Amino acid sequence: MKLKMPSLPVMALATTVVLVAAFALVFFYAPNDADQGFIQKIFYLHVPIAICALIGFIAAAIHSIRHLRTGESIHDFRSYVSIHVAIIFGTGALITGAIWAKAAWGKWWVWEEPTLVSFLIVYLLYATYYPLRYSIEDRDRQARYASVFAITAGAFVPLNFMAVRLAESLVHPRVFATAEGGMPGEMMLTFLVALAGMALLFATLVRFEIAAKQTRGQVHRLRRALDEQAPVAPRSRIAPLPPAEGVS
Amino acid sequence: MSAFWAILAKDLRVELRTLQSLPAMVLFAVTTFVIFRFGLDRTTLEGSLAAGVLLVTVLFAALLAINRLFVPERDEGGFDAIRLAPVDASALFWAKVVALVVYLLALEAVALPVFAVFFLEEWSGLVPLAGVLLLADVGLGATGAVVSTIGANSRARDLLTPLVLLPLLVPLTIAAAGAAEPLLAAGGPQYGGVGKWAAALALYDLTFLLVGYAVYDFLVED
Repeated sequence: MKLKMPSLPVMALATTVVLVAAFALVFFYAPNDADQGFIQKIFYLHVPIAICALIGFIAAAIHSIRHLRTGESIHDFRSYVSIHVAIIFGTGALITGAIWAKAAWGKWWVWEEPTLVSFLIVYLLYATYYPLRYSIEDRDRQARYASVFAITAGAFVPLNFMAVRLAESLVHPRVFATAEGGMPGEMMLTFLVALAGMALLFATLVRFEIAAKQTRGQVHRLRRALDEQAPVAPRSRIAPLPPAEGVS
Repeated sequence: MSAFWAILAKDLRVELRTLQSLPAMVLFAVTTFVIFRFGLDRTTLEGSLAAGVLLVTVLFAALLAINRLFVPERDEGGFDAIRLAPVDASALFWAKVVALVVYLLALEAVALPVFAVFFLEEWSGLVPLAGVLLLADVGLGATGAVVSTIGANSRARDLLTPLVLLPLLVPLTIAAAGAAEPLLAAGGPQYGGVGKWAAALALYDLTFLLVGYAVYDFLVED
């Protein structure tokens, strides 16, 4: 694990560099869109965020399969953090999507755009992950049920995209000739750099959240061990240590 | 296999003797039709509006049954019995899916004629529509059995099941409404596009039956 993954500061630094480069490219290198002008540049923010959120959901499903197979709680942990960060990214994708829709079509929400609608449905489903998880008290069962949910929802994602696309494709042509189609080279390069930066940001946030949670758990355990050693039972479990010991 | 039949027979017998779910579902469905009549201010329905009213009603009536599906298991120790018995937990899954489909078919046997009498002028699309509803029922059964097990074992119980289930059922609703809409068209049923949507429904059913079968062991084990 340690050999494969660079350390958290390295990842944070790489994220900063690539994201700054991406935004520099967005503002100074990529040409303005012929139809939409400057506002089209939100594309370099919106699409990478959405892609990263979806990959996060799928990654959570894979971690969950591992968790159910091995029973190791670290996989459940990773699944949880992936969904957590993906939900945050998903919120960003929906907000930037609404802004783009307002600028491009004059409306904050457009039901004719199947990708956006699919994304909303997926987002609504994953938003139930928290109430599901925290309404189960037993730790093991909570982890198992959360994994079952993540796997079921992971299977749901492609199915949902297919159903929504089928519902729209007959009536509406795709309004945008976006991404994969005829995008000029400068735009493509900018988009790819932005995507890489966003993916790095996602990975860094996941790493950070895992490290933070693990550290918090460790502190908790240490504190508890200290409490047990203390001759007099402390008033509270989170009571501060005596200042004489000089613990920072 | 015998465990499957035993659980299924137990569920159906309990329902026949206590009538806890089915009458409530039927009453709920008929009342909802009346609500729609005034909410939409329409006395006849056709096309997408008819499909929407019928499917939404069936969906919410199904939620009543799905919420109650595991109440005996939770309250009377059925989950413990399954854990103790030397049988596969998936027998419980399949039995619950089939029980739910049976409930929904019974509901639709009443609700569909009532719907036709209330709102439809053209009845010839009802037979293929029953096939579409059967496909939708299987999907409802598969997702319902999984989510209801989670809900029954959680603190939030009746709150959690609809919360998780409704977004999961959106693709099912899209496909079922897509198939039902031409069948309920104003000038008699049309069949263009029905096959595509029926295939989408079948894919949904297959996916969640397989997922449910694969993960169900982990929901019951303790």
